[in-house]
Amino acid sequence: MENLLTVRGLTIQYRAEVSTRAAVDGVSFDVASGEVLGVMGESGCGKTSVAMAILGLFSGGRAFVSGSILFRGQDVLAMNEKSLRNIRGAAISMVYQDPGIALSPVMRVGTQVAEVTRAHKKWTWKRCCAEAHSMLGRVGLSPTDRIFSAYPHQLSGGQLQRVVLAQALICGPALVIADEPTASLDARSQFEFIELLRELKRSSGISLLLISHTPEIQASLADRILVMKEGEVVEHGSFDRVYWNSAHPYTRTLLRRDRRIAEGLPEPRREASKTYQLAKRI
Amino acid sequence: MSSQTQLAGGTTDVDALVRIERLNQEYAQRRPLTGVEFKVRALDDASLTIRRGATLALVGESGAGKSTLARCLALLERPASGKIWFDGNDLLKLRRRELFPLRRQIQLIFQDPASALNPRMTASEILAEPLAIHGEGTKAQRRERARELLDQVGLPAASENKHPLEFSGGQRQRLAIARALALQPKLLILDEALSSLDILNQDLILKLLTDLQAAYSLTYLHISHDLRLVSQFADEVAVMHNQRIVEQRATLDLFTFPAEIYTQELLAAMPSLESICAGRQA
Amino acid sequence: MRYITRRFCHSILLLIAVSFFSFALLQLAPGDFFDAMRLNPEISRQEVSNLRLEYGLDRPLPVRYERWLRSVLEGRLGFSLASNSPVAPLLRERARNTLLLSATATALAWLLALPIGIWAAVQRGRWGDRVCKFATSTILAVPDLLLFLLLLLLAVRTGWFPAGGMASASVDSLGTWAKAKDVAFHLTLPALGLALTLLPVLISHIRTAMIEALDSPFLLAARGLGIPPARRVLRYALPAASNPLISLFGYSVATMLSASALAEVILSWPGLGPLLVDSILSRDVYVVVAIVMLSALLLIVGNLIADILLFASDPRIRTE
Repeated sequence: MENLLTVRGLTIQYRAEVSTRAAVDGVSFDVASGEVLGVMGESGCGKTSVAMAILGLFSGGRAFVSGSILFRGQDVLAMNEKSLRNIRGAAISMVYQDPGIALSPVMRVGTQVAEVTRAHKKWTWKRCCAEAHSMLGRVGLSPTDRIFSAYPHQLSGGQLQRVVLAQALICGPALVIADEPTASLDARSQFEFIELLRELKRSSGISLLLISHTPEIQASLADRILVMKEGEVVEHGSFDRVYWNSAHPYTRTLLRRDRRIAEGLPEPRREASKTYQLAKRI
Repeated sequence: MSSQTQLAGGTTDVDALVRIERLNQEYAQRRPLTGVEFKVRALDDASLTIRRGATLALVGESGAGKSTLARCLALLERPASGKIWFDGNDLLKLRRRELFPLRRQIQLIFQDPASALNPRMTASEILAEPLAIHGEGTKAQRRERARELLDQVGLPAASENKHPLEFSGGQRQRLAIARALALQPKLLILDEALSSLDILNQDLILKLLTDLQAAYSLTYLHISHDLRLVSQFADEVAVMHNQRIVEQRATLDLFTFPAEIYTQELLAAMPSLESICAGRQA
Repeated sequence: MRYITRRFCHSILLLIAVSFFSFALLQLAPGDFFDAMRLNPEISRQEVSNLRLEYGLDRPLPVRYERWLRSVLEGRLGFSLASNSPVAPLLRERARNTLLLSATATALAWLLALPIGIWAAVQRGRWGDRVCKFATSTILAVPDLLLFLLLLLLAVRTGWFPAGGMASASVDSLGTWAKAKDVAFHLTLPALGLALTLLPVLISHIRTAMIEALDSPFLLAARGLGIPPARRVLRYALPAASNPLISLFGYSVATMLSASALAEVILSWPGLGPLLVDSILSRDVYVVVAIVMLSALLLIVGNLIADILLFASDPRIRTE
């Protein structure tokens, strides 16, 4: 199976911070077709920078970028803005952490989804809107008419995250990058969103680069996992291998936190935590 | 121990630091151009009790009214009706001058430290500010106290001249906590204070909070939508739904025998990491 | 509905308050219309006093104000002592001329400022933006007076434009179309000059609002989805930047009267400006008050337009 995305030696140094270390330093990884690669690490480890580099968003000159990012054999870092525009939204899409600020506050939500189609296909506006309607339904938003003509401030966080997902999926990309997609949601919305992504993975064979520091989310979705720390790759491999048999202490702190936290606390609380785990076993 | 099953109002007055009775809050809004008024209910007869020296977690979905409750307790808002007892004082009946010395005893820490800290002030100035407002000590003494506070929250002494945006997310939250401690409060309200941090930082801040609680006999009201986290540090949990408190029990009790249907639903909505991983093998 | 009636009542109250205060302040200033006559040795003191009595200038303030108010309600807006006629017809023609000049200049200024401001914001930091900044600060630094005088000089020296006035002497003998062309010809220089003085502030505000919108996260998100740059600027950034600009537009409308005063005086455009100056100097009280009222009315209209536009354009204001 040929790899959809091949990243080799990616190094990103922000122009404004020449004295400190590079944000991303020599990162290499692959994403195969139809697989979910989870990226874990604490904030500041460079995950979001990697995501932005894959979309070629550094072409404005804010950072020095070196290395190679091969998408379907073509180097994203060598493309000009026009070719990049053809890829963004159509072949590679991104779902952002805070949907509230990723959408324009003065445009209707459905219009913003339709705009993505309009940018990439030569359809009439009417057809773009129809497609947007159907996409909103497919991400579980209903009634689609009311949602389509709603403005962002009228929808909840969970609904907005689905809208952003609809934007990302509407042109049928091969790779979706999700950057902490559930970080701004409450527990129930998080759960529902993960279910949505799981269903998506099952039905459409899309590749997903899932950036999240929450182990439960990675455990629900990831096939393979990549652990980053301070701009470098610390460990990578299949999720099961990394979870059960990680050699690296940092990875263990990231992934197996329940056990770790409980150790530091006085008796009654530890009991509650264990009970919670017990109560939740299938 | 019998203190495990404490319902709101079941504690004696000596034990309870905070007692909130039947708090109601509504916001009147006016539609522009037509001027039609409509009311939004934010709190509906909400009652809860916080034991001295304990940690009460307030959980619920977005929009349930948790933040409104916190704001009323912190005296940032005036509720439409109800009573708030703090350390034997009826807060809503006191006049401004009597209230002033009590205000310092209740401190609020917000979800986003970046917007809660003045970006133009240095860390030292931020920490000295509350002391200056309450007229404590000379300028030199305040500076010294600021240094002490930095040390207590685990920030290096050299950071006293840095500005908030030069810190990482976790460090900023530590700074916010240090500021809250400056006035030696009795009650600390943390409104989703851990939600914007990655899990490693969450653990570290939780550990810091536990240590501080032991050292200064602090009482915590911890608002969170993350039940997983709550199970690990809370003594008691109050569940909020539709602007009312649905139940308030000791953590262990709540997680093993949730009485209300809504609580059961909340717990069921989030599988544990171990159960997810167990599910993967299948 | 209640909102509109409330607005309306506030406006009426404002107009009454403005009229009373301007009336009172003008009366407080020493001297009256007939003082100028006293300098003329041919007119005796007695005649001046008689004239005063005749025109009711000796009555106490509240009485005069009440009579003036009644005159307003009858549509005559008081009496002009200098022109010996009711104020209303005097104003009508002048106000029309002023609005013609102001509206043209304002429209011109906005039509130029919008593309320039947007372009400067998009080009931020690059040479285009810097040239723009330099040009606008130069225009801003030049006093309006000097600018108009320079234009006048240009007109006189080159003869491309008429050096003042609204129409040629033979205007009445021309047909409607030719008359319109003649007026337009005379309008060009003052309108251009006035537009030029309005331009720098507009460009600066538009540029700032657009830069803030362009820096928003949702613009980056749109770029990440492959939306083309022109569409990003016009469909995403501009609507988001429009709130402060709409308020600015309301302000433009509100200040239309005062902005054109200087231009009218220097370039001899027969509008309210010269009339106001003359009336103040000659203490023609009722004319001054009427013009002040007109200015206040325009302010109210400007604010109302801005509010309506804001309501129409920003969904956040519209829905809760």
